[in-house]
Amino acid sequence: MKRILFILPVVGFAVLLGVFFAGLGRDPRALPSAFVGKPLPAFQAPPVREGDAGLSNTDFQRGEPVLLNVFASWCGPCRVEHPVLMRLRAQGVAIHGLDWKEDAAAGAKWLVDNGDPYIRVGSDPTGRTGIEFGVAGVPETFVIDRHGKVRYRHVGAVTSDVWETKLRPLMEELRSEP
Amino acid sequence: MRRVLPLAPAFALLALLLLASPAAAVNPDEQLPDPAQEARAVELSRELRCVVCQNQSIDDSDAALARDLRIILRERIAAGDTDKQAIDHIVARYGSFVQLRPPVRGDTLALWFGPLGVLVLGGVGAYLYIRSRTPAAAAALTAAEEAEAAELLKTDKAD
Amino acid sequence: MSAEVGQFALILALLLALVQSVAPLVGAWRRDGVLMAVGRQAALLQGGFVLLAFGCLAYAYVTCDFSTALVARHSHTTQPLAYRFAATWGSHEGSMLLWVLILAVYGAGVAFFGGTLRETLQARVLGVQGLVGVAFLAFLIFTSNPFLRLDPAPIEGTELNPLLQDPGLVLHPPLLYLGYVGFSVAFCFAVAALMEGRVDAAWARWVRPWVLAAWAPLTAGITLGSAWAYYELGWGGWWFWDPVENASLMPWLLGTALLHSALVLERRGALASWTVLLAILTFSLSLVGTFLVRSGILTSVHAFAVDPERGVFILGIIALTTGASLALYAWRAPSIRAGALFQPLSREGGVTLNNLFLTALTATVFLGTFSPVFIEMLNGDKISVGPPYYNRTFAPLAVPLLALVVFGPMLNWKRDEVRKVVQRLRIPLGVAGIVLLAAALFGGLKGLATAGGLAMSAWLIVGSFAVLGRRWWAGRAYLARSVATTPRSVWGLVLSHAGLGMLTLGITGVTSWESDKVLNMRPGETVEFAGRVLTLQSLEMAQGPNYEARRGILIVRGPGPDYSLRSERRFYPSAQSQTTEAGIRVGFLGNLYVSVGEESEQGVIVRLWHHPLIVWIWIGGFVMSIGGLVSLSDRRLRVGAAVKARTILQPAAAE
Repeated sequence: MKRILFILPVVGFAVLLGVFFAGLGRDPRALPSAFVGKPLPAFQAPPVREGDAGLSNTDFQRGEPVLLNVFASWCGPCRVEHPVLMRLRAQGVAIHGLDWKEDAAAGAKWLVDNGDPYIRVGSDPTGRTGIEFGVAGVPETFVIDRHGKVRYRHVGAVTSDVWETKLRPLMEELRSEP
Repeated sequence: MRRVLPLAPAFALLALLLLASPAAAVNPDEQLPDPAQEARAVELSRELRCVVCQNQSIDDSDAALARDLRIILRERIAAGDTDKQAIDHIVARYGSFVQLRPPVRGDTLALWFGPLGVLVLGGVGAYLYIRSRTPAAAAALTAAEEAEAAELLKTDKAD
Repeated sequence: MSAEVGQFALILALLLALVQSVAPLVGAWRRDGVLMAVGRQAALLQGGFVLLAFGCLAYAYVTCDFSTALVARHSHTTQPLAYRFAATWGSHEGSMLLWVLILAVYGAGVAFFGGTLRETLQARVLGVQGLVGVAFLAFLIFTSNPFLRLDPAPIEGTELNPLLQDPGLVLHPPLLYLGYVGFSVAFCFAVAALMEGRVDAAWARWVRPWVLAAWAPLTAGITLGSAWAYYELGWGGWWFWDPVENASLMPWLLGTALLHSALVLERRGALASWTVLLAILTFSLSLVGTFLVRSGILTSVHAFAVDPERGVFILGIIALTTGASLALYAWRAPSIRAGALFQPLSREGGVTLNNLFLTALTATVFLGTFSPVFIEMLNGDKISVGPPYYNRTFAPLAVPLLALVVFGPMLNWKRDEVRKVVQRLRIPLGVAGIVLLAAALFGGLKGLATAGGLAMSAWLIVGSFAVLGRRWWAGRAYLARSVATTPRSVWGLVLSHAGLGMLTLGITGVTSWESDKVLNMRPGETVEFAGRVLTLQSLEMAQGPNYEARRGILIVRGPGPDYSLRSERRFYPSAQSQTTEAGIRVGFLGNLYVSVGEESEQGVIVRLWHHPLIVWIWIGGFVMSIGGLVSLSDRRLRVGAAVKARTILQPAAAE
């Protein structure tokens, strides 16, 4: 009986070691979205270009899975992912955009200079619209299913690799869902 | 050959740099006119973690998003939210990660009650240990313990 | 040249560490005096070569040898000399070299001062130390080589992070490492004792000075780190419960428990297997701390560059050292016999309680630090644990421990009586009672926590001196002689416990009465704050050696003569970063803390804090550390003092 007491430390340590090993690969800063499995909250963002329709949460309830890309012209990694988004658009992937924390004019100029990969683009000069669904920075890309529910959030630039390994498989899966 | 480029600061000891200038962050224009409400806002913002910083509360961080959240928190308080409602408003958007005081729930039981558990278990252990070391109590011990105690006494004399 | 010499010295040190681990262990097993002597020589030589390697790196830094990659990453010709030198340990590789240096120096110390140690015990301690050395030297050479060259060498290096260019960097890491690497000696003693199957009073007497030699600098290092964060981070906090701070606090808490339990083992032969376990766990927590800082498993404000590969290596080292020692413990510890008997109310009983609370406090910090990892493993959820958690868990456990501190040294060994103890402590009890009443009358019910804190501080400070009072009262017939013959270890105890009281006073003061204000000011404007009148006298640009600054000068009129405070917002062009230098008026009663922030439409944002009594937190910490050193200088404890202790615990029959 008493012997067990002396074995306890080494057993406890073994468990701990296992947890540490398993924990090594994880990124402590990667945050899952609080909205995974939930619909986007109601919002109505004005357009970046006068005359456009802007973006609202109802745009995500059209029966097709779609990407929501949050971007800004002042953001470095957005420059990296933009060509990838352009290519996806050319392949027919549905993407909506939200221009975060800048004047609509800056967003409009960005789209003129670099091309427009979005079906609809909303402007969010104060950042409040993005904050409503937990945007912490740019770029962030949400995968929204056909019922308007958030299924995944990717933080950082969408590279070809991210698209191939994470977003595309998920989009295909969502397309085959009822 | 590889050149040393501006990437190098990433190797620096403190990664605090990400925050550029760490100074307590509340600006005069953010503050609520009612001192009682402002005090509540400060208390609450010390319980909320800045999601884009390394490890700071939104009260301490001068990241832009932390400022936004401080302002939102103050709007909620000014609108009459209770402390819990105001915190929940932020948690609903950014998840329980932002609570520097983790909620008490199934998976955090060990966290919240572990310290007490260690104290109680350790206390029982210490009690048993002290009792086994108490000379006067030897008579009241079990036979096995008594034998052990007797042996110990013998060792003591042997010295 | 220096990088190659350093590299060569490191490799030789690794080979010597191999010799140091094999020769004495085999020697002790076969009772071969020559092999054991080889172990001692290897330990001394290894210390010399690591010192040489360290000297080479420091030389490269000081002379701005940018062909050494590490130097080019953390040094710049405009960086002041002191920070070029201190930058030696400002990076992961350099600080690991410091780590290994301190390990080797402690090993050499055991070889050098261990003359009166039982020869086989010394040999085994050195052997285990050698094994730890092999692991860390291999880690350094194979994953974190500080001596890699750059070709072509850049003309200019990248500046050390400006936040680190501070006197704090010169002292804080060496002190901290002296502390937690120092616990390796106690660890090696524990493993050696388990190998020998012999844990006795003599063992405790040998190990205690080494524990003190680690504890005192660790205490100073933590205190210094707290002060550094206070003035450098620019918002006047003194403890943040950050994972990296916790990494140093955990070995400190458990090391403190070890210090006390080893005393009981030395005097009474009790708590033997527990003390051995504490020695193993204390150093293991130091290793876990090293892992935590360098693996990126948790986010911290002060983490090193993250590299999972290094994390795996360190985890492997932990698995081997801690795992093997705990397995050895499970096998051998049951045969360690318990020592002398004692009544619950006795010095032994007091130390048992002390250990109970310190262990619970360590567990609290451990749970708080690692729960996010555990819970994510469990259900994938991310949680955060911050100061509000520790305020609710750590503080309630710390308060009863503080109350118990004064009793400990006033209790007799073996048995004591409540009535007598209370009588012995009537003066501190009276003082604490008066303080409590006065503060409660003054502050009312709302201020009860404050009153309690003040009473606790008085209890600790006055109560710590009760030990001296009792001693001198007993020898009052020859007072001068009893004062003169008071052992240094008693003085050390009094200082450390009184320091804890000062720390309590500081914490009580700043948490009870802290006030702050933030406002926009233009030059010439005036504000009233904390009983003072502050005027922003000027706002100007200034040029430092390697930075540009916007400097605000405030004139403070208040109680006492006028003075001025200067706060700067510095921009370091070559590091492309900004820091805020607060203007701080330090006083025993309270600090005035001013930081001039960003420009706004109405002038600049000025932040003001008043931190009553806060300086006592650091005075207390340093007094505790000095107490440790005074105790270490005690003749009876001096390393190598001839000891003919009785053997209470016989080896198991297996030997």
